[in-house]
Amino acid sequence: MPTTRRQFLSLAGGVTAAGTIPIVTLRPLEATPAMLTAAIRNVVGEAPIRTGKVKLDIPPLVENGNTVPVTVSVTSPMTADDYVKSIHVFNEKNPQPNIGNFYLNPASGRAQVSTRIRLADTQKVVAIARLSDDTFWQVTADVVVTLAACTEEMN
Amino acid sequence: MTFWRAIATAILLVIGPGLLAGEIPADARRSGYSFMGPDTRAMQDDDTSNPGMLFVLDGETLWGRTMGDAGKACADCHGDARSSMKGVAARYPAFDKALARPVTLDQRINLCRANHQQATPLAYESRDLLALSAYVGHQSRGIPITAGGDPQLKPFVDQGRDLFMQREGQLNLACTNCHDDNYDKRLAGAPITQAQPTGYPLYRLEWQTLGSIERRLRSCMSGVRAQAYDYGSPELVALELYLMSRAHGLPMETPAVRP
Amino acid sequence: MAALINVPTKAKRGDIIEIRTLTSHIMETGFRHTADGRLVPRDIITSFTCRYNGSEIFRADLFPAIAANPYLSFFTVAKESGKFEFEWIGDNGYSSTASASITVE
Repeated sequence: MPTTRRQFLSLAGGVTAAGTIPIVTLRPLEATPAMLTAAIRNVVGEAPIRTGKVKLDIPPLVENGNTVPVTVSVTSPMTADDYVKSIHVFNEKNPQPNIGNFYLNPASGRAQVSTRIRLADTQKVVAIARLSDDTFWQVTADVVVTLAACTEEMN
Repeated sequence: MTFWRAIATAILLVIGPGLLAGEIPADARRSGYSFMGPDTRAMQDDDTSNPGMLFVLDGETLWGRTMGDAGKACADCHGDARSSMKGVAARYPAFDKALARPVTLDQRINLCRANHQQATPLAYESRDLLALSAYVGHQSRGIPITAGGDPQLKPFVDQGRDLFMQREGQLNLACTNCHDDNYDKRLAGAPITQAQPTGYPLYRLEWQTLGSIERRLRSCMSGVRAQAYDYGSPELVALELYLMSRAHGLPMETPAVRP
Repeated sequence: MAALINVPTKAKRGDIIEIRTLTSHIMETGFRHTADGRLVPRDIITSFTCRYNGSEIFRADLFPAIAANPYLSFFTVAKESGKFEFEWIGDNGYSSTASASITVE
């Protein structure tokens, strides 16, 4: 099998986040679209997923895939009758499709969460919101991940 | 491997003919911060979102903790770091009379541990050493770098400059080929910076942790496929000293955030 | 472990306030191998909870795709003076807490 660029960089570049233990990140399986679909269905069940209401702020060109800032916000009045119950974020190509589940309530005031995530490669990120009426809304973003030019030391 | 050819070609294209090594004039010196995107800048700008500050917090705790057989804390001699350590990191590496050579801030912390606290040295890149140097470094935030001015340091600055200009590794590149001659261009997708050491120890997104300038220098060296010098080696100290003198006047940013 | 918490110290009743938290954790994915081929076991924070005067106002399930030293920002309505309590729970019995106070006028 020819060595792809990503595999090469993983081999050459993945040494020591832990300092003393040299670690080679042989990235294993990527999450396949089937895994992504399964992970989403796991949350959503058979309910239809509509597009809209959800906004995903993520840099289209990421400086380093190891720490990518992400903000998800949902258009909602956040009242007792109409609020966002949860926000779920997924990815397409990491070894595992889940990124995070975030649970809100009317007292949140604003349906918005931010965190920092890892993206192993250029890929799609999906955010899904579950509203208080149990409808699901989603948005998808394509993210290009730049790889570091210089590799870490080969200890 | 096609990737190897691609990177070799990319480097040839970037470097091109006529490898003139020129030092960067004072008014053109720019921190690595100015090469970053808005998201990474935002991460550094706000202390409560800068993960390097977690290490500064740990360092503050360690500063006040007694250690070693002498039963002393850093604070017992140096008092409140916010005043006693202000500007110190901007002057390091500094000449040590007893050793007759420059020592880095990390080495100074370990000398203090050995001589005054009778404690065992902290390993390079260990969490405690990074935390202490981040805490001390943080007290110099905003203060212009003045390291390397001591005349006794001159031969060591010169040694560092020679190393910076010297081609090495299988890619046969010197630091200067990228960081003096080709900053503002790109290597693969990443911008080439001026290699100004304004924010060490810094939080590198690639590392997902804080790291020293020596770790950064070593990863550049493996980037050009050279044998990296050992942590604490005279070569790495000389390079750090030269880089700090080359950054004269730029304000300290410790703990910086970099991609 | 060190944690950085950003909560406004004062707010007006009914204000929507932002809460930001950053905590030290390696977030080892469980997908990496050492140079000699051994799998580095997963060691992550799996759950975060924020309580406001005892009642849960925000909760998160975290996965290995969350970056090291997890950062979370979220919102709540300032309803009364009191205390925010934060709790991180993870693999290998990991548990860490922090708190912050707010005065609501």
